[in-house]
Amino acid sequence: MKLRTLILATLLSAVAVGGAIAQEADKKVNLFFWPGYIPDELLERFTEETGIAITMDIYDTNEALLAKLQAGATGYDVVIPSGYILPTMIKQGLLQKFDSPDLPNGDKIAPAFADPEFDPGRAYTAPYMWGTTGLVYDSAKTDGELPQSWSVFFEPGPLSGKIAALDDEVEVFNAAAYYLGFDKCTEDPKEGQQILDLLSKQKPDLLLYGSSGTIDRVLAGEVAMHHIWNGAAHRIRNSVETARYIYPKEGITQWADNLSIPSTAEHPENAKIFINFLMDPKNVAEITNFTGYMNAISGSDEFLKPEIAADPAVNMPAEFADRLRPGRECSPAARDLRNKIWTRLKK
Amino acid sequence: MLIMVFVSLVERAPDGGVVWGRFTTVAYTQFFYEENLLGEMSFNSDYMQIYLRSILLAGFTVLATFVVGFPTAMYVAMQEPGRRALLIFFLSLPFWVNLLVRNYAWLLLLRANGLLDQALMGLWITSEPLNILYSNTAIAIGLTYSFLPLMVLPIYAAMEKFDFSLVEAAFDLGANRVQVLMHVIIPGVKGGIIAGCLLVFIPGLGSYVTPVLLGGSKSLMIGNLIEAQFAAARNWPFGAALAFVLLLMVVLAALLRALLLRHRQRVAP
Repeated sequence: MKLRTLILATLLSAVAVGGAIAQEADKKVNLFFWPGYIPDELLERFTEETGIAITMDIYDTNEALLAKLQAGATGYDVVIPSGYILPTMIKQGLLQKFDSPDLPNGDKIAPAFADPEFDPGRAYTAPYMWGTTGLVYDSAKTDGELPQSWSVFFEPGPLSGKIAALDDEVEVFNAAAYYLGFDKCTEDPKEGQQILDLLSKQKPDLLLYGSSGTIDRVLAGEVAMHHIWNGAAHRIRNSVETARYIYPKEGITQWADNLSIPSTAEHPENAKIFINFLMDPKNVAEITNFTGYMNAISGSDEFLKPEIAADPAVNMPAEFADRLRPGRECSPAARDLRNKIWTRLKK
Repeated sequence: MLIMVFVSLVERAPDGGVVWGRFTTVAYTQFFYEENLLGEMSFNSDYMQIYLRSILLAGFTVLATFVVGFPTAMYVAMQEPGRRALLIFFLSLPFWVNLLVRNYAWLLLLRANGLLDQALMGLWITSEPLNILYSNTAIAIGLTYSFLPLMVLPIYAAMEKFDFSLVEAAFDLGANRVQVLMHVIIPGVKGGIIAGCLLVFIPGLGSYVTPVLLGGSKSLMIGNLIEAQFAAARNWPFGAALAFVLLLMVVLAALLRALLLRHRQRVAP
């Protein structure tokens, strides 16, 4: 362990001296991150090894990040946008190019994540965590295991009144679109009407829409099923053995968060050093162990905690890979339709 | 505020933000009308319903905090000075804790099989969970609790200056309790009552956290609606227009207060 650290530190400093990534005189890097998304110990270790001090600000939605950068915010060196919003940010020139495959750890990006649709060739991003938005339920409170389908969410039968949906316009709309077999970026008002009908019919079966306190709600037994992010499902399973995660056969939204450097960054070279640090298999495994979300770096498996490696909610069984539907940016017309449906659902 | 009005009057950019310098009133027509499939404009009441709900909710909160707060303020005002200070201190104590934390506390109290249910079932008053959480009742409890000090403090401040010997005089002149309350005390502290109502109504209109946490977020409030325009829908002009309508309502409420006070001054002499 100690030796590893030493080797890594030596390597990193060699890299720094070697000029592949030169440190800047100002030994600082400013992160703009999601809350609770990286372990403090790892940040401390980064500062120990590189001498670069870290400051961190917090944001809670991609839209908040976009609005902040659009408004001309400066001083952030590393941000962490999700895949669906990246084309917009790249097109608007909010991010700078740094070609993550050319970083020292660039060859460790897992092949499936090396050439994403939102950033071909990874010119503006390096992969961070990824996950899915599915369903979790307590199999002790149902008649055995439920089918791998959205039907248990939209036509719950005996579970009526014991279900929570995320309070998230996009996720709720997407789930309904998958179930009905529509494109989630549909601009067709007729399809929109069918989605609204489905959601309105489901609404009385829901105890609530809620995006915070999801884990608590299942643990307290308030609901038997929760529309949920898979990392939260994993944390539930740590306490409730009988918790099960569903990968619906109609499709499941896959989100992928990425490390990027804003074009207004004051320490872009330090940002690259930090991003490279997070692409190291052992370091990124520590993050997965902490967050319960899977990473996209080859060779990190051997550093994972056994309970993470064994939980299908995090370590997805390979046969479900074709059910993944990457999050996508919809056209303004599709967004307007979606927002109109959401407003009408909750009017 | 000028920026808000300006943003509400320009064209939206496709990916969020606005196109500066291209003016349109689309954002305001969107509030009342929607375009149907044939390109015709038809009346759309969704947004009005959401505003109405927020107004009703804020109105109810004003009523509830007044019913609880007026007797409280009167009780405090009639104590001796040392005790008054202590009671006021207790009243303002909840303000030391963040609104979000206070709402979470209610969440724990009200949830099925939570503290309230356990207490009631332990005392054999009820036999099964009440299921109060995620209902309008829960929102009402949460808002009333959160805004109570805002109602009590201005009324108390007015009562402190009120000369209670007037009450004795009224009794001496043969007035009964109701008459004293209606014709002596309430007119005497009217300024405090109006200030309290306004202080509760305005933040009540914009209440955001309580409906989401305690109400289960099944119905949108003005606050949630505006947030959605800047976030998921990325329609800044419409968001700004919605915020401007909210602002107009607040201004109206303030004007109403000024009017009521002027009326009083004219009657007083």
